[in-house]
Amino acid sequence: MPVITYRDALNQALREEMQRDDRVFLMGEEVAVYQGAYKVSKGLLQEFGEMRVVDTPITELGFAGVGVGAAMVGLRPVIEFMTWNFALLAIDQVVNSAAKMLYMSGGQYNMPMVFRGPNGAALQLSAQHSQAWESWLAHIPGLKVVAPGTPYDAKGLLKSAIRDDNPVIVLEGEMLYNTKGEVPDNEEIVIPIGKAELKREGEHASIITHGKMALTAMQVADQLAKQGINIDVVDLRTIRPMDVEAITTSVRKTNRAVVLEEGWEICGVGAQVVDYIQRECFDDLDAPVVRVHQADVPMPYAKNLERAAKPDAAKAIAAVKKVMYLE
Amino acid sequence: MAKKKTDSHAPADVETRRELLRSMLLQRRFEERCAEAYALGKIGGFCHLYIGQEATGTGAISVLRPDDYVITTYRDHGQALARGMSPRAIMAELFGKIDGVVRGKGGSMHLFDRNVNFLGGHGIVGGHVPIATGVGFAIKYRGGDQVCLCFMGESVVNTGAFHEALNMAALWKLPVVYIIENNRYGMGTALERASSIHDIYNRAASYDMPRGVVDGQDVMTVRAAVQEAIDRARTESIPTLLEVRTYRFMGHSMSDAVSGTYRTKEELEEYLKRDPIIVMRTQLQQEGQLTDDEFTKLDEEVKAVVQDAWDFAEQSPEPPVEALFEDVLVDTTSDAHAEAAVAAD
Repeated sequence: MPVITYRDALNQALREEMQRDDRVFLMGEEVAVYQGAYKVSKGLLQEFGEMRVVDTPITELGFAGVGVGAAMVGLRPVIEFMTWNFALLAIDQVVNSAAKMLYMSGGQYNMPMVFRGPNGAALQLSAQHSQAWESWLAHIPGLKVVAPGTPYDAKGLLKSAIRDDNPVIVLEGEMLYNTKGEVPDNEEIVIPIGKAELKREGEHASIITHGKMALTAMQVADQLAKQGINIDVVDLRTIRPMDVEAITTSVRKTNRAVVLEEGWEICGVGAQVVDYIQRECFDDLDAPVVRVHQADVPMPYAKNLERAAKPDAAKAIAAVKKVMYLE
Repeated sequence: MAKKKTDSHAPADVETRRELLRSMLLQRRFEERCAEAYALGKIGGFCHLYIGQEATGTGAISVLRPDDYVITTYRDHGQALARGMSPRAIMAELFGKIDGVVRGKGGSMHLFDRNVNFLGGHGIVGGHVPIATGVGFAIKYRGGDQVCLCFMGESVVNTGAFHEALNMAALWKLPVVYIIENNRYGMGTALERASSIHDIYNRAASYDMPRGVVDGQDVMTVRAAVQEAIDRARTESIPTLLEVRTYRFMGHSMSDAVSGTYRTKEELEEYLKRDPIIVMRTQLQQEGQLTDDEFTKLDEEVKAVVQDAWDFAEQSPEPPVEALFEDVLVDTTSDAHAEAAVAAD
């Protein structure tokens, strides 16, 4: 089976969906001539031309709105934000236009569109370029939010997002673009939105996570396995709608849960996961649920401070041991 | 293109002009009853009346084809009626009833009707302007010859969304006609207190976009200017920014006094002399094309339409509570093939 990068998996998804449906187009900063700020759209301009791979001015609010307008009248835009940090400038279009159009119009105008781009911290980009926005976006009814952690999931979820007749947020990871994984090239990969995946099976504890942290959770599972601790890794893959059954099934089996996410603690995605667990698995828990997340500070620049701020495998391992009363 | 003041009347037959008068009168009588219904608590939330500005929407929309698009702000009742949306469905929407044009989900600010390509009343100042640019993009993408007409208030010209949207429309040559309805006040803030330039159609110079300023109280003047812009958009795919100078005879919304705080009674009275309905009626009467009796008959006719809309809205049921969770998302994908693949996963 071919092993490809997360970047190439996204590229394949875009190419395949643009070949399949001529209403699909890609728009954003540097997506065409430059071939993508992170080269996700490499070769697409050459294959599909400038009407379908559209470089925009630096105007997030403007081109997000252009996507909304195009979706209202039947096209299927894929709007790329160079990073989700810049998408804050466009949030009015995401929240007030895309997410609400169907409801406000009494079901007349659905929004078959995708907003995508890298989310979360990379390395030493400091405060304005290192934020994970999933809890903000997942808060909004009318949106779907996916956060693939592997090349296979990236391809399958982006393809599903493009085919979905609702606005779908695709949160990629800058640090994931170079990661590699198996992606078969002889079959259609379409991953249903709203389905988590049990990426590891164990009996001692569960880690519930998503996006870039899914990769971290796998490393945690590997390291703990060497110590004789076997854990479930539940990769949510979709934040909204969340696969509550996958969470509860795992927690009812292991009776111990760690919720791992890249973003901040307060009102984070993990808070919602913990709420589902306390409602559905109250009698199954053998320990309080522990959350692992970014420190409650803007991201600092200095290497050591950044390391201290970010969630990582060591912090997650400590959390697993805590819910197992091993430390 | 040089700035352009349009004051000539496009040739139009008497029938067309009477129809325009009828449309404006319908809007006026409809909204007078809206104010009444608001006072009675039958209409809630925000309710922004178009009274005084009817010539703008009426003249502009009158030159559109059925397959063209209209998008506007929250002050949308008049334009919805001008576009041919059902008075019954609009009133039922305002009353929050199931037979409302968006089934009681939007109210006054969010009228949408796919049947006439009415892409909504939008509630965030400036937010719909990039959407109009996107509609223009889609028209060009598909190689069509439709046009998107985008109405906005003058306060929009100070938003970032306006600049971003017009820049792209000019850059990509998109078939959109942007119409600023300059009614002098963004809520209670006079244009001169909000914009560094006062001839705001000149904002289009920043985008090298054709532009013009138009008397908004004369429906035929608006019609002629918009016709020219629409032609340019349809045949050459070039956008235009038109500033239509008008005046709102009512407060910003129902909670705003008509005059006294930010504008004087004298100013209002001066503008009332150029009521667009009186302007049109006078033109027709002076030409011997309309008698007082004929006008009264027309007025009675539209009042009956409005009464019928009111009665319809009164008797329409409230939306069922189950509708609360409907239309948040659709459960479809782009085709059956994709659905099958999802099901098999």
